[in-house]
Amino acid sequence: MLTRFANRLFWSLVTLLGTAVLTFLLINLVPGDVARVIAGPKASPEVIQQIHVRYHLDDPLWKRLGYYLAQLARGDLGQSFVTEQPVAEALRIRFPCTAALALLAIAFWMLAAIPLGVLTARFRGSWLDRAVLVAATLTLSLPAFWLARMMQYGISYKLGWFPVAGFRGFRHLLLPAATLALLAVGYYARLIHTQMVEVMDSPYLRTARAKGLSETAVLLRHGLRNALIPVVTILGMDVAFLMGGVLFVENVFALPGIGMLAVQSVFNLDVPMIMGTVLFSAALVVAANLVVDLLYRWMDPRIRSGGTGTPA
Amino acid sequence: MSDPLLAIRNLCLEFRAAEGWVRVVDGVSLTVREGETLALVGESGCGKSVTALSIARLLPSPPSRIAGGEIRVAGQDVAAMSSAGLRSIRGGVVSYVFQEPGASLNPVFRVGRQIRESLQLHRPDRATDDEVVRLLKLVGIPAPETRARDYPHQLSGGMQQRVMIAMALASEPRLLVADEPTTALDVTIQAQILDLLRDLKRRLGMAVLIITHNLGIVGDLADRVAVMYAGQVVEEAPAAELLRTPRHPYTRALMQSVPELGRASERLRAIPGAVPAPGRWPSGCRFTPRCPVARAECSGNPPSLDTDGLRSVRCPYWNS
Repeated sequence: MLTRFANRLFWSLVTLLGTAVLTFLLINLVPGDVARVIAGPKASPEVIQQIHVRYHLDDPLWKRLGYYLAQLARGDLGQSFVTEQPVAEALRIRFPCTAALALLAIAFWMLAAIPLGVLTARFRGSWLDRAVLVAATLTLSLPAFWLARMMQYGISYKLGWFPVAGFRGFRHLLLPAATLALLAVGYYARLIHTQMVEVMDSPYLRTARAKGLSETAVLLRHGLRNALIPVVTILGMDVAFLMGGVLFVENVFALPGIGMLAVQSVFNLDVPMIMGTVLFSAALVVAANLVVDLLYRWMDPRIRSGGTGTPA
Repeated sequence: MSDPLLAIRNLCLEFRAAEGWVRVVDGVSLTVREGETLALVGESGCGKSVTALSIARLLPSPPSRIAGGEIRVAGQDVAAMSSAGLRSIRGGVVSYVFQEPGASLNPVFRVGRQIRESLQLHRPDRATDDEVVRLLKLVGIPAPETRARDYPHQLSGGMQQRVMIAMALASEPRLLVADEPTTALDVTIQAQILDLLRDLKRRLGMAVLIITHNLGIVGDLADRVAVMYAGQVVEEAPAAELLRTPRHPYTRALMQSVPELGRASERLRAIPGAVPAPGRWPSGCRFTPRCPVARAECSGNPPSLDTDGLRSVRCPYWNS
């Protein structure tokens, strides 16, 4: 267990290092002089020169990468080229908004997808089953930026049910979270449906039925938990997808989260901030997978005890 | 005379397939009285298991349906039962032990909890850890207090099957249906489980319907034997009689295919061919294509199940 955990941790660090190197190289492919961005268009050549020296901008790429990684290794994310705010502080301030939005989105879509998945598995071939299948296919192919705009225009602006933009409380998160949830709910409803159908044919559900349990108890107590085991794995992998959605949704709804920070810093060519948001998002994905791993152990005792059994 | 515990009359079961409804059980009648043990014997695919599952309506519907006949459990018509009625029959009157104990226990719950669940449903006042331990002890599980906290995958196949039996017994059923309870187990474990069933039957006085493809195990377990072939009962008789003088050619063929200690000189004979798939049953006697003593007339008229009160056989030529 401990070596397994150490192993996971090692590979997580490797993942983050890879992300850092790749992102750094990509940013430096972007044309434009960072010094101009920092000092503004009217800066004198002397100032530009000073900035070049201060940030080692004239050094070769590999050397600059080396400086950055060394700085990272000291636990320092640097500070914004534009505002001089430390990157770590900016992330800390922005994170609660993003975390609330993401967790609310997951809660929304799981709370909708679980009943839909179970019901469509129970009533296979019914109108509900077919309707969910069509809706799932439809929502899966919606682009996040388009859906966010449409929700904002239709539900907030036209109907006035929710605040149009900004973040001054929980109410401001509802529609953005619903937008993210809508993008995933169809996929998860189908995923849970498929898992439930498989579990429903299993001998242990027949045993549960043969005991005299009601169909509801058979499906929810004995079926659902087994059906959700693979779903949890997929959920962990989809945290990356979710972070992508968060980027669009935060910008459309003007939510001051990591996603908005990321887009702003890209427009400003604010290299330390871009690096910070990307690395932070990557760390979130890695952490989510560790959490899933623990959750998985809790849900499936066959893995917990290190048995040879394979999950159903 | 009260109703028998289980009375199946002329039961026909059908499954939906691409080409329409396919009959898998065709006019089966079986009776099990209180305390009696009936063995239902036949090769895989002849309809034994679906017959057994239909007793508590455990066949998924769709794609299955009762196309004819009736099933009475303790006098009640199972086909007409409400879902609440079915739930009280399941476990309450009829308990099941299935073929693959490893797959039949829920992998994510401790075995003790799975047994207690049965108690909660049918004997809520006794749904205690002590009763779970007593049941585990009853089925011969050593260190029952510890084992109750195990997950199914931590137990061996034989132990898993004992847990299944304990779970089935928890509701104090009047009829235990054991569907190939030893097929998935090692030979030595098979013998232990059969000994356990025999012992429990004697101590608890419940009726048992045991389904098997192995005629060799019915001898000292069953009171009566019904042999099924291609969806029909082809022979039924008291166990001792049937084993001593099998009448139907299929029963005889089955007996010759049972390995026996101290019979090494005789060759073990497998029955040539395979059970015809449902929907492809031959007209006339369904065993004709594989029957060693078939005649020209056999493929003409379907034989009826003739009875002399004690034994019945579906072959007009058994005596010649």
